[in-house]
Amino acid sequence: MNNAPSVALRMAFAAAAAGAVMAASSAALAADPIRIGVIAEAQAIAGASIPQAAQLAADEINANGGVDGRKIEIIGYDNHSSSADSVRAFQRAVNEDKVNVVIASYISEVVLALEPWASRLKTPFVTPGAASNEISKSVHSDYEKNKYTFHGYLTSAALALSVCDGAKDLLVDKLHMKTAVIMSEDAAWTKPLDIGYEECLSRIGLKVLDHIRFSPDTTDFTPIFNKIEGAKPDVIITGISHVGVQPTVQWKNQQVPIPMFGISSQATNETFGKDTNQAAEGVLYQGVSGPGVAVTPKSVPFAENFKKKFGNYPSYAGYTAYDEVYYIADAVKRAGSTDADKLVTALEATDWEGTIGRVQFYGKDDPFTHSIKYGKGLITGLMLQWQDGKQSAVWPKDVAKVDIKFPSFIKLSN
Amino acid sequence: MRAFQILIDGFAISALYALGATGFTLIFGVSGVLNLSHGAIMVAAAVAAWAAASIFNVGTYAGALIGVAVALVAAFATYFAVVKPIQDSRRIPNEEKEIFVLTGTLLWGIMIQEVIAYFFTNNAKTVLPIVEGVVEILGVRTPKNEIFTAIVCCLVIALLWLLVNRTRTGKAVLAASMNPRGVTLLGLELTNIYVVVWAIYGILAGIAGVLLGMFLGVSSYSVGPLTASAFSIVVLGGLGSVSGSLIAAFVVGYLETLTAYLVSPAYRTIPALLLLVFVMYIRPQGLLGRR
Repeated sequence: MNNAPSVALRMAFAAAAAGAVMAASSAALAADPIRIGVIAEAQAIAGASIPQAAQLAADEINANGGVDGRKIEIIGYDNHSSSADSVRAFQRAVNEDKVNVVIASYISEVVLALEPWASRLKTPFVTPGAASNEISKSVHSDYEKNKYTFHGYLTSAALALSVCDGAKDLLVDKLHMKTAVIMSEDAAWTKPLDIGYEECLSRIGLKVLDHIRFSPDTTDFTPIFNKIEGAKPDVIITGISHVGVQPTVQWKNQQVPIPMFGISSQATNETFGKDTNQAAEGVLYQGVSGPGVAVTPKSVPFAENFKKKFGNYPSYAGYTAYDEVYYIADAVKRAGSTDADKLVTALEATDWEGTIGRVQFYGKDDPFTHSIKYGKGLITGLMLQWQDGKQSAVWPKDVAKVDIKFPSFIKLSN
Repeated sequence: MRAFQILIDGFAISALYALGATGFTLIFGVSGVLNLSHGAIMVAAAVAAWAAASIFNVGTYAGALIGVAVALVAAFATYFAVVKPIQDSRRIPNEEKEIFVLTGTLLWGIMIQEVIAYFFTNNAKTVLPIVEGVVEILGVRTPKNEIFTAIVCCLVIALLWLLVNRTRTGKAVLAASMNPRGVTLLGLELTNIYVVVWAIYGILAGIAGVLLGMFLGVSSYSVGPLTASAFSIVVLGGLGSVSGSLIAAFVVGYLETLTAYLVSPAYRTIPALLLLVFVMYIRPQGLLGRR
C-alpha cells in the first residue's frame, strides 16, 4: 500500500521520459532531409536538364523553408544512358544513400529496367521523360507489386494524340496537307507511338504512304530521306529521341524539300540549335512546354531561372523533373511522412499545377495507371518550331506566338 | 536515277573510309602498331572543329584547322604516352608487346571517348560544312559538301602517294615498312621515322574526322564503330598494304550504300562484315596482303 504512490509516480515518470524521448526523436525526424535520388543521362541533350531542374526546384523549396521544416536533398547519379548503370544507381540510392523517392531517366528501356527495382525495394519512383505505354500498363496489370512507379510524362499513346491534334489544325486545316510518311527510330517507346500515329493520322485526314523504322545507330540518313522523297508525302511525321542532330543536319544539308513534324526530343533542348549549327531551322516538334510559352503562370519563370542558372533553356524532361520535385514535396506534406506506401497514396491524389499544365495521375482502373492525364484543362502538349535560332510555340492558338514558316528549300505541295 | 544516287553517295562515303583507313594501315605497315584509339582520335578532331566553330566562333576554316591540329596532338600523345613506353619497356617481353599496344591504345581510346562525353555530351555533333548548298548531278540532288568531301579525300590520298614515293622522308618511311633493320643499318634513326609516320597519321585521321563531322556528324558513340570500320577495311585490304586498304574502302563503302538503298538502312554494315569473314576464310592475308 505504502509503495503504491511511489510505483505510480515512477510509472508516470517513466512514461513522461519515454514521451520526451519520442518527442525528441520525432523532432530529429522532422529535421531529417527528404532525400530524392535523381538518376539521369547527364551527358545527353534531353537528359542533362533532369538533374539541373530537380536541383533548381529543391533550392527553391528549401529557400522557402522546406517541407514542414524538412529540407529537400537531391542526390544525383549519372547513368551514362545505360540500364545496367541505372539499376546499380537505384540500388545504391536506396540501400546506401537512403533516398525516399527516385526520379529517373528519359529513356523507356532504362525506366522499364528500373520498374521492378522500385517494386523490390519499395521505393516510389517517377520518370520525367520516358514514354513507353508499358511503364503504366504494368502498374495497371499488377497494381500491388508495381504501384511504386509513376509515369510523370505522357505515354506514347498520348504523345501520338498530341501530335495528331496539332497536325490537324496546322497541317490539314491550314496547309491542306493530305499525305504523310512516318519516320521513327527503332526503340521501346516508338512501338506504341507508331501504332498511335497510324491510327490517328488517317483519322485526321493524313494518309500514311510509308512507315520507316530505322536503327538508332544510323549515321547516314541519305537513303532514308531518299526513300521518303520517293513516296512524295506532304510531311514527315517523326518519332525520334535517341537520334536528332544527325537526321536534322542531313535533312538540311541535303535540302530534303519536305517538312518534319512530330516528336523530336533533342529539339526540345535549347542547345540543339548549336549542336546542329542551326540546321534545326523550320523543325516542328511536340513539347510539354517551351521557352517564353506560358502554359501555366509557372512555366516562363521556371524556364528563365533555369537559363539564368545553367546557361540554356531546359529540355522537355527539365520541365517535368522540376514539377516532379514539387509534387513529391506536396505529397510528402499531405502524407505527413516519407513512408513509401503512404507516399504512393498521396502521389495518387496529386492535383498540382506545374510548368507543363495540371498534373493528375490515372487511377487503378484506368489502362495507364499512374501515368499523367492527357486532355484539355490538364496537359495537352504543344507544338513548337525552331525559327530564327529560337524555339517558338505555334500551337495551340492560346499559347502560339507566331505562324509556322519554313526554310526556302522546303516545297509545300499546296 | 537510283543507280546514280548509289554511285554518287557511295563514292563520297568510300573516299572518306579510304582516308580514314590509310593512316591506320600506314602505322601498322611501318611500326607494326594496331592503333585501337583510331576512332577516338577522329571523333576528337570532329568535336574540336565543332566546338571551335560553334562555341568559340572562330569560323569554319579555322575550326577545321583546329580539328586537324587536335588530331595531330592526340596522335603524338598516343605515340609518346602509350605506344612508345610499351615498345621501350624492358619488363614486357617482346612477344607480348603487340597485345600490350592493342590493350593500351584501346583503353586510351576509351579515355578520350569519356572525356569528350563528359565535356561535350554524348549527343552527335556536326561540323558546319565549308561549302553549303546542293547541285543536281545526273538528276541527283547532291550536297556540294559531299563533292567537296570526295575531292579533298582524293587530293589528300594523292599527296600522300607523292610524299611516300617522291620525297626522301617518304622513301625512308617506305623502306622502314619493308625492312626496319635495313633502315637502321643505313644510319637512319627508326624513332624519327616513327614520329614522321605518326604525324602523317594524325593529319590524315584529323582530316577524315573533320570531314566525317561535316558529312554525317559524329558523337562519342561513334568511337567504337569508327575503329571497327577502319580495322575491318584494313584487314580486308591486307594489313599494312595502303593500296589494298584503298580498294577495300571502296568495296566496303559501295557494299554498305547498296545495302542501305536496296535492302534497308538498318542492315547497312552486315554484308561488309560477312564479306570480311568470307575473305578471312579463303584469303587470310587480305586482298593485297603481303604475309
